[in-house]
Amino acid sequence: MTSAETAGGPNGSGAAAVLAAAIGWFVLGVLALAGDTVPSVKRALTLWKPTGGLSGVTTVAIVAWLVVWLVLGRRWRDRDVKLGVVGASSAALLVGGLLLTFPPFMDFLQGK
Amino acid sequence: MELTVRDALTVLHGMVFGGLLLLGYSGAVVAICAMSAAGDPWKPQARGEKALSLYLTLLAGLAWLAVLFGAYVIYPWYRAVPPTGADLAGFPQRFLMSSPTTTEWHDIGMEWKEHVAWLAPISLTACAWIFRRYGGRLRVMKGLRNLLLGLVLTAFAATCVAGFFGAMLNKFAPVRGGGEIVLMKGETGDER
Repeated sequence: MTSAETAGGPNGSGAAAVLAAAIGWFVLGVLALAGDTVPSVKRALTLWKPTGGLSGVTTVAIVAWLVVWLVLGRRWRDRDVKLGVVGASSAALLVGGLLLTFPPFMDFLQGK
Repeated sequence: MELTVRDALTVLHGMVFGGLLLLGYSGAVVAICAMSAAGDPWKPQARGEKALSLYLTLLAGLAWLAVLFGAYVIYPWYRAVPPTGADLAGFPQRFLMSSPTTTEWHDIGMEWKEHVAWLAPISLTACAWIFRRYGGRLRVMKGLRNLLLGLVLTAFAATCVAGFFGAMLNKFAPVRGGGEIVLMKGETGDER
């Protein structure tokens, strides 16, 4: 759905918010796997000892999400983007993020 | 009738923040679907638009409260390492991992819950922002409205996973301890 989304205005800002969220989900998954696989990464991600690696995994993912949102939001603010592509990419990133945080799949990737 | 401080804070995390959040999803889904209805879709007036925007912002706020409280208040108690010879009942993670019949509640349940729960606040923040930015115009923006609904459903699914495992983990290895809060005193069976 384009052409200024049937007179609702450019959809770029909304698309940026959706894609940035999806990138945030995926980064969370990648970091969760990295922290689980590499001890030095887990140590680096331990920003607050009582919460362990989770503190760094989520903080870095949130920062990545917000930075991507800021950049995409500025670039796409006045643009009308193809939401089908944004939706498909976001769905793929969601599946990837979910799988990378799902312990049996993490174990499978690590050959456990 | 008493409970510990950790019991009470776990209830605040799961039943107040998480429970209210789960209840709130239906309102968001109904509002978005009403705007999509064929024929005569809901056209929010300025006041309704403002109210829905506030509603989505509150949902996002509840999701943030739930995950932050869970990660930084409850989780440290859950994963605390016991001193040698300590009773594992006060150390939920180690207690679950001490038996082959319960260890998967930690290895799969908590390991997934602690990460997947964060999809909810991220998704709901994006939802709240999109509605605030576009408001009633979403009625004619089918593509964006569908993505908005997708975000809400993603957040709902993530909350369901986190809520289910949270409830089960607390059933098998409750996070307990701290001071005791006496809610009510009653008579024992012998005194009646």
